This record gives sequence, C-alpha cells and structure tokens, in this order.
Amino acid sequence: MSDYNQQMIEKYRGNFLREVEANVEEGDWVKMCMQCGVCSGSCPLGPHWDHPPQEIFMMIRANKREEVLASTSMWMCTSCYNCIARCPRGLPITHIMHGLATYSKRLGLAPKQQPTAKFAQLFWDNLSKTGRVNELKLGLSLYFMNGFAEGVKTALKMKDIGLGMLKTKRMSPMEYFGGHKCKDTKGLHAILKKAQQLEEARIGKSGG
Amino acid sequence: MAKKSYSFYPGCSSQKAASSSNYQVSVDSMCQELDIELNEIPDWNCCSASIGYAGGGELPRLALSARNMALSEQAHPDQDIVATCAACWLATKETQERLHDDNDLLAETNQALSEAGLKLNNDKKVRHMVEVLIEDIGYEELGKHVKKPLEGLKIAGYVGCQTNRPFGIDGESFENPKYLDKMIETVGAEACDKYEKKVSCCGGALAFSEPEKSQALIKDIIESAYDNGADMIVTPCPVCQMNTEVYQDQINAKYGTKFKMPVVYYSTLLSVAYGKSAKQAALDGHIIRAKELEEIAGK
Repeated sequence: MSDYNQQMIEKYRGNFLREVEANVEEGDWVKMCMQCGVCSGSCPLGPHWDHPPQEIFMMIRANKREEVLASTSMWMCTSCYNCIARCPRGLPITHIMHGLATYSKRLGLAPKQQPTAKFAQLFWDNLSKTGRVNELKLGLSLYFMNGFAEGVKTALKMKDIGLGMLKTKRMSPMEYFGGHKCKDTKGLHAILKKAQQLEEARIGKSGG
Repeated sequence: MAKKSYSFYPGCSSQKAASSSNYQVSVDSMCQELDIELNEIPDWNCCSASIGYAGGGELPRLALSARNMALSEQAHPDQDIVATCAACWLATKETQERLHDDNDLLAETNQALSEAGLKLNNDKKVRHMVEVLIEDIGYEELGKHVKKPLEGLKIAGYVGCQTNRPFGIDGESFENPKYLDKMIETVGAEACDKYEKKVSCCGGALAFSEPEKSQALIKDIIESAYDNGADMIVTPCPVCQMNTEVYQDQINAKYGTKFKMPVVYYSTLLSVAYGKSAKQAALDGHIIRAKELEEIAGK
C-alpha cells in the first residue's frame, strides 16, 4: 500500500465521506444521494458492477473505504450519462465514478488486473505523449497489455477487423512510425505538468 | 443563404487514416453543398474523451479542452466552436460549463495555460455539427438541397449516448430524441420510429477493454434494427459507428446471428442525397458496404 494511502487514512480517521468530498472530483455531491436506485437500474453494465452507484454512495457514507476504492465497480462506467440524465437529485454520477476511479488509482488501490483501469491509463499515456491519440499504437498496446503470449492471441483474433480498417483507409501502418501529433508538444506538456502540480497542491490543502 | 463559418475541432479519430476519417470526408462534402466553412483550430489536441481519467486528474483533463478553446479564441474570435465527434463535443462543452461555474478552477486552468502563453476567456459557444444543421440551417433548407431522395430505404436512427446526454440537442428529450428520424425523412427515406435501442449504450471505450460485455450491448442494438425492418443504421457518433459496424463478425461467431448491417453517418446520408459521388460520401470507408446508397450515388 502506498504512503499516500496511509497518509489519507490517518488524515481522515474513519470519515470516508469527508475524504471523498475533499479528494474526489464532484465528491461533495455524494451526500445528496437519496438511494432511489434509478442510476443502478439505468446503467448498461449494471449487472456487472460489484456495487452499483447507489450502493457505492451508501458505502461511502458507511465508511466502507477499502471495499469502495478497491472494487472494480467504477471501472464499469461506459460514460453513457444515463444516470446523470435520470437522477432525480441531479448528481453528476458519471463524473463521481470517474473521480473515484482516479482517486483509487492515485492511492494505489485500484485492482491491478482490471482491464479498463489498464486501458484508461494506456489511453492517457498515448494521448499525452504527442497531444493526439495514435490509434494504431493504442490498439497494439491494448492487445499486449497482458503480456506477449496473450497479445499475439488477441492480435490474431482481431486480425480481420484490422484488415477491414486498413482496406477502408481507417487505419495506417505508417502511424507506427510517428503519425499525427501536436506541433507544440512542448507547450502542451508544460500545461499538463502545471495542471498536475496545481491539482496536487489543492488536494493537499483541502480537508484540513 | 450566406456562407456560415465555424471554428472546427475535428478530433483524433477524424484525422487522415484514422478510424472515422470516412466521417470527415462526408462532413466536408455535406458542408460544401450547404456553404458551411469549417476553419480547423490550429494545433488542436485530444480532449482525453471519457476514458483518460485513470492517468489524468480533473484539472489536467480540463486543461486539455481549455487549450483547444483558447487556441480557437485566438484564431477565430467570432466563430462558434463546432465538433463532429460526440466525445470531443462533450468534453469541450463540459469543460466550458465547469470553468464557467467555478472561478478558482478557471484561474488554475489559466495558470496552467500560461505555461504555453495561452489564455482562456471561456466565452464561446461549443456546438455539435448536428446543432449547426438543425439550428443554423434548418430542416427545410436541408431538404431543399436534396437531388436524389433516398426513397424506399428504411433507416434506424441510432442516436447513442454522448450526443444525447447529458447535454443533448435543444428541444429534444433524453429518452426519445427525434432529430435523426427527422433528418432521415428530410432526405426522403423512412425512419424506424419504433427503434427501441435508439439511445442505448454500445459500450463506448469499454468495447476495447470489456469486449464481451460491450458486444452483448451491441448485439441488441443491431438486432433491434433488424426487428424494425431497417436496411441500415445511421448515427452521429464515431465510437457508436465503429462499435456497431466492426464487431458484427465476432458477434455472429459468438451468438450464431447473421448480422450484416451497414452503419453510416448522418453526413453520409446527406452527401448521397445531395448528389455527391460514392467517394465524396466516403461509402468506400465502410467495412460493411451500404450497397443501397452506393447504387443511388452511382445513378
């Protein structure tokens, strides 16, 4: 477990709701949930969540810190925004789920083998490198994220789709050797670095 | 009608030889006919879509869209920002809203932007191409340009998620938006008005990381189009398009179905109806060819 995680445990001493309010994107909305369950019933992957959103909100209030942050739940969010559109209390549920996922990753509590947790990290690494997504490299890194042997298997399984994309000029092997990118990658990296520093400083300050 | 100009955010998937480059080709053809000028935001970057959150925190993600908006303010001060990609539009609009509601966050974002000599005023409208068509051009005008009505075609309008929620198109409902159906009728085809998977999720980015779970959703979306007698599906979203088109063989292998349902963009339909060639409508950019449209375009 990370030092950061230990720090947070000590800082909030069993008040997980306060911890979420101070550290999670849109976390101050959590207490507004009235447990109606519309979000859980509206989620396209609802049956696959360890704990659907409504349950997550109650677990936060009940101090189930580990169970929430180490669960695969938030990583099931497809960002369809059905829950946001339907929530009678107007909670930005999609964003809270993203925020919980980000926070669990920061603390080192996100399940290591969760495929969306891995893919979402690959996506960020891919786009922040050049400023634009390199779809070919992203696809390849996805196939090989569980090691070489499984990567070859996945790549073979996806072969026909890849060929179809090549044939319709919706993919190019040339992307592997560079490809699309921002001209001012230096400026972009500076912006991202500063934004990260500012966010870390803000999180460190809040919640007392 | 006078020429209309916009500050255009194409997004990663619309680039040359990227997964929705066919979308871009048909958008260009459509815009040419409607006298819409799209001025690309210089040196735009990825919006991080809705899946960048494992690596990027809130502020870095907001800063990405803020950079695009600042560049747009600089290059095209009097033009609304227009995106064709659902995720690009959503991320940019969300950033604008959040920075509008939170002055501290706006100040921090600007502090980050200043590292690259940029500043955001955050006073632009952020719009989807569909909004431009409906609000600035109007169905009536869209219909006036039709040279080859798509008669006899039955089309399922698959709106999907992110052009519909949480913002959606003004005047439309979340549960049953009608704009795609109206566009289908505007080009002379018949809309499947009972298409019950119209606003269901295709799995989005999770089609990559959770293929089985997502393909179960996609199967229902295509099946319902067949049940409603559709010849093809039409969508405004690059992720919806790709997910519902390219996995049909894998779904057939798993579920024993015989899907071969073309999935095109609204801009494909408009381009063909406006008399553009198959190439201009990017019909060659579909893995499952829309043969009926190819026939009309070839006439």
